[in-house]
Amino acid sequence: MSAVRSVLYAVGLPLLLLAAWWVATADSESPFNPPLSEILATFGPTWFSGDTFADTRFVQDILPSLGRLLVGYAAALVVGIGLGVLIGAVRPLREFAEPVLEFFRAIPPPVMVPVLMLFLGVGTSMRVFVIATGALWPILLNTVEGVRGLDPVLQDTARAFRLGRWGRVRRLMLPGASPQIVTGARQALSIAIILMVISEMFAARDGLGFSVVQFQRSFAIPEMWSGVIMLGLLGVLLSFVFRIATGAVLAWYHGYLQAQRGGA
Amino acid sequence: MSSRRPVAHRALWLGAAGVATLLVVLQVVPSTGLVNPDFLPPTTQILTALVERVQTPEFWTALGDTLVTWITGLAISVVAGVVLGVVIGMVPFLRAATASTIEFLRPVPSVALIPIAVLLWGTGMQATLLLVVYASFWQVLVQVLAGVQDVDPVASDTARSYRFSVLARVRTLVWPTALPYVMTGLRLGAAVALILTVTGEMLIGTPGIGKLLAVARESGAVPSMYALVVVTGLLGVAVNLLARALEHRALFWHPSVRGEVVA
Repeated sequence: MSAVRSVLYAVGLPLLLLAAWWVATADSESPFNPPLSEILATFGPTWFSGDTFADTRFVQDILPSLGRLLVGYAAALVVGIGLGVLIGAVRPLREFAEPVLEFFRAIPPPVMVPVLMLFLGVGTSMRVFVIATGALWPILLNTVEGVRGLDPVLQDTARAFRLGRWGRVRRLMLPGASPQIVTGARQALSIAIILMVISEMFAARDGLGFSVVQFQRSFAIPEMWSGVIMLGLLGVLLSFVFRIATGAVLAWYHGYLQAQRGGA
Repeated sequence: MSSRRPVAHRALWLGAAGVATLLVVLQVVPSTGLVNPDFLPPTTQILTALVERVQTPEFWTALGDTLVTWITGLAISVVAGVVLGVVIGMVPFLRAATASTIEFLRPVPSVALIPIAVLLWGTGMQATLLLVVYASFWQVLVQVLAGVQDVDPVASDTARSYRFSVLARVRTLVWPTALPYVMTGLRLGAAVALILTVTGEMLIGTPGIGKLLAVARESGAVPSMYALVVVTGLLGVAVNLLARALEHRALFWHPSVRGEVVA
């Protein structure tokens, strides 16, 4: 029975909200708020129709957008964690770099779009670069913070056991800082999605953000709504994948927290 | 305390040296032609453009517009997030019934709402406010929910057996427990709200610093554009410092803040 109840809890409110949307817009004459039924009817044809599967917007627009997102995000992860461990572990370097890094983190990432457009034009490389440079700062600064906050006793123990430099990074710093790194990576993911959309809205000829804005400008309103829904679904999907991926990395940490609280 | 002084001094000097190094590099690299100065003007040119900007009234109007949009959006998010968070967090039924909806709506990127906001409000402030509130509201709500859940069960039972009214429980038990989380949510939300304010101004055309930046880009005023990027960065630093100071002040009694002073 409790399984049934938890399913009911999970789907109850979403269904209620959808029903409310459906009913509220059912007879809508307003061009801006088309009936939900119409939006859903355009969803399939908008994204998945074409002479061949390769001609669909899904392949033409969404997959390239996602590809740029993943490449930029992966670059930010590698550079951010690598530099973060270095800066976090070397104290003078950290004191030297911290104010500059704090400033760069404070710049709202979207304002870097016009700057990078100067250097790289409006092509793919600009968009990947925008995503990477925007997603970098939360990862970098959280890694620095995580490495700095490591228990000094653990550091001394690692040294006493003569773990080499690489051994300390791999066995002590990366696992020890992983909760903070994951926190930073999660913030970075939502920034990366925002930048994926914005970089395409600014100047592009393809991509999900571009499609949505084009629908809006040509007053293809149901198509525009379907694009908004598609963006929402992508955001939800990516955060779901992220949670599964980091759940494994942090399994030890959740157990540790529970033990600390005297539970389990 | 006195033994820590030299270390703090060193950090200050090294940090200043870091900033100075950045400025010098940004001056030298374009001057020597390593990078096209049309794309990256030397520091001195950016600073000159900044000084010119600061003397115009339109700059201050834009800065005011940005700050008003930011603080309005943040205030709506914080009030709504705290009220809804406390109510949902204290009623197990509501918590169970809303969990899936919150988890679904939270990761929806707020920029997805740009076309809808434009259709509804054109370039008005409401259009940007929609983005700002949508982005920062979830930051606050999720933190408040976590905070309410963190209430010590024994204390909660004690309050109930002493027949504390609901309001008394909120005031003496839930609020103090949740306050550190609220402050975290406020800090995160403030930063996100600024990002979305500037984004909305840039993309939608709501008046503000972001719009000035977009205009500077379109007219090819590169040093001016960089100057405005610097302004947004300084704004961001100010927002972070302000949020941290507020956090410190509101939580002066909390072990996490007291601990920092002792250690």
